[in-house]
Amino acid sequence: MALTEDQIERYSRHIILSEVGGEGQEKLLGGKVLLVGAGGLGSPAGLYLAAAGVGTIGVIDGDVVDLSNLQRQIAHTTEDLGKPKVESAANAMRDINPDVNVRTYHTRMMADNALDLIADYDFVIDGADNFPTKFLVADACHLAGKAYSHAGILRFDGQTMTVVPNESACYRCVFVKPPPTNSVPSCSQAGVLGVLAGVVGTIQATEAIKYILGTGGLLTNRLLTYTALNMTFREIKVKRQERCPLCGSDPTITELHDEVEAVCDLSAR
Amino acid sequence: MKLTVNGESVDVGDGINVTELLKVQEVKMPDMVSVELNGEILDRDKFDNTTLNDGDTLELLYFMGGGA
Ligand SMILES: [Zn+2]
Repeated sequence: MALTEDQIERYSRHIILSEVGGEGQEKLLGGKVLLVGAGGLGSPAGLYLAAAGVGTIGVIDGDVVDLSNLQRQIAHTTEDLGKPKVESAANAMRDINPDVNVRTYHTRMMADNALDLIADYDFVIDGADNFPTKFLVADACHLAGKAYSHAGILRFDGQTMTVVPNESACYRCVFVKPPPTNSVPSCSQAGVLGVLAGVVGTIQATEAIKYILGTGGLLTNRLLTYTALNMTFREIKVKRQERCPLCGSDPTITELHDEVEAVCDLSAR
Repeated sequence: MKLTVNGESVDVGDGINVTELLKVQEVKMPDMVSVELNGEILDRDKFDNTTLNDGDTLELLYFMGGGA
């Protein structure tokens, strides 16, 4: 696939980088990334991936745009209220870059559709807003051998790590299983500093781009934590666990199942 | 004895276990924390009977389920 003149100009600041070049840009145009969630993390990730010329971007989300989303979910506009998020996110990505083929899935990722959904993609970005989906992404990506970026945000804090199945520590190596459903403050009412999502989602997009390019070092075997309130980043070394239920030597998770949905309990905080 | 918790040096009573450390560290919701002790993720059901030693390094890793 040869770059057109327009593409050479559009991507000139990439092409001039020796680590990218015309060849890397062609890799990006041939790359396929799935965004699980078109919310706080998925919005910035999707917009930057589209701008970067990642050729195929899938986006799965069952929700519609709500006014309270717009404080941080920058792929959607005030005019999009009530529209499926996948639609408004797709429009935003296409507006930035008509080169990009955006595929939308207006549904929720579940055990019975996860493997089909991720099958055609090179890299998965977990921008889900709940533990069942985060663990499902980890399980499905492991079983399908797909690299993914985990991330979570809450209040002023974020965390992210990249997983290359069977090579680096996975999400379950660190977090094993979802926390008890009565203790989870992950729901929207717990609050989140909007711009935090931009920082973390953009790191996830960076990982996807480097993975497709095959250049640099990925955020593997390291959990990066970010505290916006103090502007501190910490990197915690994590390693594959022999007893990991997913990628350990004697795994107990060999097929997908849906984890129980947590109920928000604000009184717990 | 001295421990390193999330990169910071912490002075605690000799021989406390992981559950007690979480209390000392004012972790309000222990269920929302995964504990890495000297590089290994500790089983949750071993928090009570894992006694810490001087010089141990711990990371308290918080579950973060948000994304939207
Ligand atoms: Zn694992």
